[in-house]
Amino acid sequence: MTAYQIIFYLISAFVLATAVLAVTANRIFRSAIWLLFSLVGVAALYFWMQVEFVAAVQIIVYVGGVVVLIIFSIFLTQQSGSQLPKPPLKRSLFALLAVLFGFAFTYNIIARYRFAPVAAAKPFVVPVSAIGEQMLDTKQHGFVLPFEVVSMLLLAAMIGCIVIAMRPVPKEKANQKRTAPVGAFGDNLTDLPRPAAEPDPVSMMEEKTT
Amino acid sequence: MNEIPLTHILFLSTALFFIGMYGLFTRRNLITMLMAIELMLNSVNINFVAFNKYLYPDKLNGVFFTLFIIAVAAAEAAVAIAIFINLYRNHRSIDVEETEQMRY
Repeated sequence: MTAYQIIFYLISAFVLATAVLAVTANRIFRSAIWLLFSLVGVAALYFWMQVEFVAAVQIIVYVGGVVVLIIFSIFLTQQSGSQLPKPPLKRSLFALLAVLFGFAFTYNIIARYRFAPVAAAKPFVVPVSAIGEQMLDTKQHGFVLPFEVVSMLLLAAMIGCIVIAMRPVPKEKANQKRTAPVGAFGDNLTDLPRPAAEPDPVSMMEEKTT
Repeated sequence: MNEIPLTHILFLSTALFFIGMYGLFTRRNLITMLMAIELMLNSVNINFVAFNKYLYPDKLNGVFFTLFIIAVAAAEAAVAIAIFINLYRNHRSIDVEETEQMRY
């Protein structure tokens, strides 16, 4: 067993163990931290497969972006130290059964399938310049169209996030802004703003006509 | 150099996918369900890169698919978290059992 193999098994054991902890941890904040470790392990696996660019993107986007976003949303939505309620035994038992069955099924298929060995296994090198050239290539094997579509998708997601998370204007404030001048003029120029609950008939008629 | 067979990497990604699926089945908190989905997307990315490395070492398509999946997953996580925060403002809870309407 060479060091290359030992490193692979170490990385895979690390990824699987931290992933199991991430989906079973009791406290949600610890769960997020275990997810962080699992994603770093996946990045290490990409380094092991010698695709350094994908590993760098994985670290930048997932570890630096998505997990930080999740941790912030945990801070914003609930107390980070609070315990999650345990799932009922029946649900976890059946989930475990379903997952084990699915894993056994897929394992069986993969183990039986005979992958064609690559003739004279060429070295797999991914220079970043080749990725960049093919990404912006407009010829037959270029990826410029998905690139542009993804840029539009990111723009749409950004606008959507802003619109969804924007705090709506409270209704009372908007009503006050609209009805206050009407009430003030209907009240023979007194400075006291009238409560919106009991408008006088004149302003009510005005509102009906408008 | 490539002493690890392709099937071992596929077993790893399969196990990661089903761990994520277990989390999706058992958890009832929206944020932890999102974490489980991220795990599943990562296992798919491992598969793409492994197939590209072992079966088609002279092409780059698997790497491109991985990059695009990462971009889409980031957009999806951002939109999902915006929805969760809005839901928490209206319902004071992000548990899926108590979330009966998303309209406000």
